[in-house]
Amino acid sequence: MDIMTRQHWLGLLANSPATRLAELLQPHLPAPTAISWLRHAQTGLVMLQGRSGGSGSRFNLGEISVSRASCQIGGLLGHGWVRGSDGTHAELIAQADALLQDPQHAPVLQQVLQTLQQELSARRAQRARETAASKVEFFTMVRGE
Amino acid sequence: MYVAVKGGETAIARSWDLLAAARRGDPAQPELSLQQIRQQMRLAVARVMQEGSLYDEELAALALKQAAGDTVEAVFLLRAFRTTLPRFASSLPLDTAAMRVRRRVSGTFKDIPGGQILGPTADYTQRLLDFSLTETSPPPRCHQAEDGLPSPLPTVLEVLAAEGLIEAEQPLPGDPEPADLTRQPLMFPADRPTRLQNLARGDEGWLLGLAYSTQRGYAESHPFAGEIRMGEVSVLVCPEELGFDINIGEITLTECQMINQFAGSKTAPPQFTRGYGLSFGEAERKAMAMALVDRSLRATELGEAAHAPAQQQEFVLYHSDNVEASGFVQHLKLPHYVDFQAELSLIRTLRAQTATASPLATEENHD
Repeated sequence: MDIMTRQHWLGLLANSPATRLAELLQPHLPAPTAISWLRHAQTGLVMLQGRSGGSGSRFNLGEISVSRASCQIGGLLGHGWVRGSDGTHAELIAQADALLQDPQHAPVLQQVLQTLQQELSARRAQRARETAASKVEFFTMVRGE
Repeated sequence: MYVAVKGGETAIARSWDLLAAARRGDPAQPELSLQQIRQQMRLAVARVMQEGSLYDEELAALALKQAAGDTVEAVFLLRAFRTTLPRFASSLPLDTAAMRVRRRVSGTFKDIPGGQILGPTADYTQRLLDFSLTETSPPPRCHQAEDGLPSPLPTVLEVLAAEGLIEAEQPLPGDPEPADLTRQPLMFPADRPTRLQNLARGDEGWLLGLAYSTQRGYAESHPFAGEIRMGEVSVLVCPEELGFDINIGEITLTECQMINQFAGSKTAPPQFTRGYGLSFGEAERKAMAMALVDRSLRATELGEAAHAPAQQQEFVLYHSDNVEASGFVQHLKLPHYVDFQAELSLIRTLRAQTATASPLATEENHD
């Protein structure tokens, strides 16, 4: 089993559905009194930047709603950032982020990450296969003599 | 004499009730849910997000429901809402080359690395009304190929770029922060990043008409659709409290790379030039129109005579925003009673003067 880095798990948690995250994390989350919220969920904006031609100068494409939250569990700081207006998703990520840094909780939560990673990969693979099925197969018309 | 008047509060309150009742329609019919709008009106949602300049499917669906399907009104609602939210950060530049592609076609090369991938397009439908949709039915099961697409899928223009046949797209030295029209007014001449932001927020109908005008001969630039790709792109930000880049989720984008006729000079050999379009969601028409207008607005930079409307920055960029345009056109509904009284008295005076100054002319007409 690959041990996921913090950067990797934050991305994975943000790319997993909030309901699934809640389901898998619920048994491992500490009592609400054990969590100190430095920042309860807050929704704001991130300006998305593109590049002209895909690789040229940066330009502002438009904004996206983003939710973030920060908490402290047993001295460890957890941060959650996720696109969308679902504050509970950001709070779940923040809690998981704190717990994943704790050697006591990490092994079991790394298992949860593996499950989420498999599900994300499966969703993407299915889409990629469905997409590939609409690839055009050209054939050449031969003039009969 | 003009006497200030107030009033209408009761009438306004009743108009709100009428609006809400008209929005709801027949109460015997089930009410639309936001999820239904999001899932089944996804292209309307994409347009509201793009022109509302805020990527949030839930809010765009709400805006569409509230506006009873009026896209421009929904865009206005979304724009107004965004002003209530704080800005946390800017994203890292979106990496469209790493897109998890769901559609990719090229009008310039038949055989492109990864192939022509049609995806969920209406291009090959007959445009006949499908009466089977008057009843509910489960969607078909989509076929799955044995292997997925290569990821990342190579971009088409790389082929031309490798040979130097198309102008390179590289950041300016130092990769400067682009101007932001949500914080700075539009000034002229506008640089390309500013123009692209304006076009991205711009009304699709406006851009489509202008793009069409360039094809019909007003600023002909001989365009080819080098590559159109649609799919999911990850959004990366670097939060201050973390100090490293994190992925906060993915969004759907449509990108259009238009290839246009040459520019060259005494020192540089002729090269194809580019127009670029990028849009939220599945929005091919918008991305293509944006790319054509981006290219036509580069006329001066590329040494072309800027004589057509689509080449004139002030004309194009000042009139692209449908919130501004709709507001100014529709403000004519507001009371102009005093203005109009002045006009009325002026025209009466003028007519009276004409009648007294030339009574013969009037009589001659009777002959």
